[in-house]
Amino acid sequence: MQGFAEEFRVAMGLIVSGDPELWAIVLLSLKVSLLAVLIAACIGMPIGAALAVGRFPGRRLVIVLLNALMGLPPVVVGLLVYLMLSRSGPLGVLQLLYTPTAMIIAQVLLVTPIIAALTRQTVETLDIEYTEQLRSLGVSRLASVPVLLWDGRLALLTALLAGFGRAIAEVGAVIVVGGNINHVTRVMTTTIALETSKGNLALALALGAILVGIAFVVTALVSMIGISREREVLHHA
Amino acid sequence: MMKRWLLAAAVALGCVAGAGQIQAKDGFIVVQSTTSTQNSGLLDAILPSFETATGIEVRVVAVGTGQAIRNAMNGDGDVLLVHAKPAEEAFVADGWGVARRDVMYNDFVLIGPDADPAGIGGGDDIVAALRLVAAAQAPFASRGDDSGTHKAELRHWMSAGINVAEASGSWYRETGAGMGATLNIAAGMGAYALTDRATWIAHGNKDGMRVLVEGDPRLFNQYGIVLVNPAKHAHVKADAGQRFIDWLTGDAGQAAIAGYRLNGQQLFFPNAGD
Amino acid sequence: MRDWDGAEMLTQPRMAVENLRIGRNGSTLLDVPYLALGGPGPTLILGPNGAGKSLLLRCMHGLIQPDGGTVWQDGALLGEDHRARQAMVFQTPVLLRRSVAANLDFVLRRQGVRWGSRKARIAALLDEGGLAGKERQAARSLSGGEAQRLAILRALACNPEILFLDEPTSALDPAATQAVEALILRASARGTRIVMVTHDVGQARRLGHDIVLMQAGRVAEHSQAADFFAAPRTAAGRAYLSGALVI
Repeated sequence: MQGFAEEFRVAMGLIVSGDPELWAIVLLSLKVSLLAVLIAACIGMPIGAALAVGRFPGRRLVIVLLNALMGLPPVVVGLLVYLMLSRSGPLGVLQLLYTPTAMIIAQVLLVTPIIAALTRQTVETLDIEYTEQLRSLGVSRLASVPVLLWDGRLALLTALLAGFGRAIAEVGAVIVVGGNINHVTRVMTTTIALETSKGNLALALALGAILVGIAFVVTALVSMIGISREREVLHHA
Repeated sequence: MMKRWLLAAAVALGCVAGAGQIQAKDGFIVVQSTTSTQNSGLLDAILPSFETATGIEVRVVAVGTGQAIRNAMNGDGDVLLVHAKPAEEAFVADGWGVARRDVMYNDFVLIGPDADPAGIGGGDDIVAALRLVAAAQAPFASRGDDSGTHKAELRHWMSAGINVAEASGSWYRETGAGMGATLNIAAGMGAYALTDRATWIAHGNKDGMRVLVEGDPRLFNQYGIVLVNPAKHAHVKADAGQRFIDWLTGDAGQAAIAGYRLNGQQLFFPNAGD
Repeated sequence: MRDWDGAEMLTQPRMAVENLRIGRNGSTLLDVPYLALGGPGPTLILGPNGAGKSLLLRCMHGLIQPDGGTVWQDGALLGEDHRARQAMVFQTPVLLRRSVAANLDFVLRRQGVRWGSRKARIAALLDEGGLAGKERQAARSLSGGEAQRLAILRALACNPEILFLDEPTSALDPAATQAVEALILRASARGTRIVMVTHDVGQARRLGHDIVLMQAGRVAEHSQAADFFAAPRTAAGRAYLSGALVI
């Protein structure tokens, strides 16, 4: 891998010097993935909580299905979204194909099962501990959901980060529905795929290192917020 | 399940519309094209002058020719810019496209490892060279993705009288990937491969590989451009698309193609006027 | 089975159960034809492991539906609103993963107490339980004794007429036990009816006004504490006090 160090220095230089092209790509990646995780959380957490607290026929099956969906191949999701959003597809009139919105939709589909499944697990574990006490306090099953979600907030934060990790690192879906269009839908991972196909392996690796760095910074920031909150509660503050 | 996806889509739409930041602009066209035009850097180099001149943004989706044609059939593009003349003509004949125009050409080259286990040595006869590869059962990396390059390669195997389908998985290896990815794989396993010259010159990972056969008239690689038929897909931006076609096949576009250099070499040769 | 025949037998007991039955796989877990609780001081439920003490407590609190029988509170059948007038403290305190104050605030807010009064109530409750100054500490970082006191304070914040306690001190050292007992006695003195399960005969002696001795799902004896510890009326009572009664 000759020239990796040099390429990495060049790539880092672009980041540090605020190269508008590279920064636009980085910001679009963050925008798409953070928004996707936010939406997936709005959908996945209530589903997970409902599965944890609710009792209905077929519940076990839904849980197994949800766990299986965590391993959904991004390319398959990309294809499904493409078929939906293509001008020949049922949602073609919305003109969303090859837009960041299409990428967000694809990532929402990828991330929602992860957040829902991890939420289900977190809430169910907590519910076993809390259920008698909450009933004793007159809290209904429905009203116990927000209590369980709030008290499971640290584990749920981890679920969100797991979802974010999947979203930001994923290429198979966004390249199909986004089209990797320069200045429009080009994100970190599709740029890496493009540079790899150009044979610029060192540059691709350097961009990959930057992607890891960005994911690290986001994860660290979110974790710090979580930990400092916990500490505030733990030690007077 | 479908319900949830629709819900997801609706929420995503609402969110994005609310944010108002990631909205698609109007005044753009989508060009379904091949990886070679993108990976070689040609489009990145020539499109800005069109965009400045007309105010029309050109959004390029670079995939294999086969996929580009299918995407265009689905109405997911306004203009098709690919290199598989028979497929393009069929596209027009079936009513998917309005008319096909020649744009430019480059040529294919056979590349292979420096060690050259098939003993090709050089020359300009692609069919003879492929026979040597088959005889030596030397590894050959094929795109295998129904792309323009893949179709051209299959034509040469047919001319050589070799049934590569029988060798699939042994010495004949179908990568099912783009040109650049296939070149990476060829470099990785010391295989021969047919590639367009533009991608080869622009490719950054030539590790121990060189051009062995070039200059055969049969290696001629013609690019054509087609406007997707608005009669099939009413939303096609026919005016803007036609302006792009007129520009690319006109003096300004042809000069821009001729002027594009990579590593000091001209990669594409305009021939719209021929 | 007779109820205790002491002088202060109430005409209308606060809690009563009738023909209470719970069985699992053919064996009887709980079988109480009649039990009335209503004396002026704490009722202590004693008995060996598996005697059905916790089960009885949960039935009276409505956490478990018995296979048969009825539970009465103040002459009315146990209904949906009864929990507003009851509270329960569990063997292992279940504290919310929040601050000490937030654990109390959770209950007060549910009762619709306004924020200004909630603050004052929280301060008063923490004072009462010896937890003043710890309001912002994470509830789950409290020591075992503090945690159980907080659980009791939270239960008291519900203003219950009846407070059930299920072996609240079984995991505590003597000092922490003493603090919890003092808290319970003060609540009792203020008029909260205490019904408490314990394994600790000494504790029953210290706190109990009347004693319910359970054995194999049945009430073996229900007597005033002074009588029970002086001379149990039943063979089971005598065996239990001598340490010979198991299951």
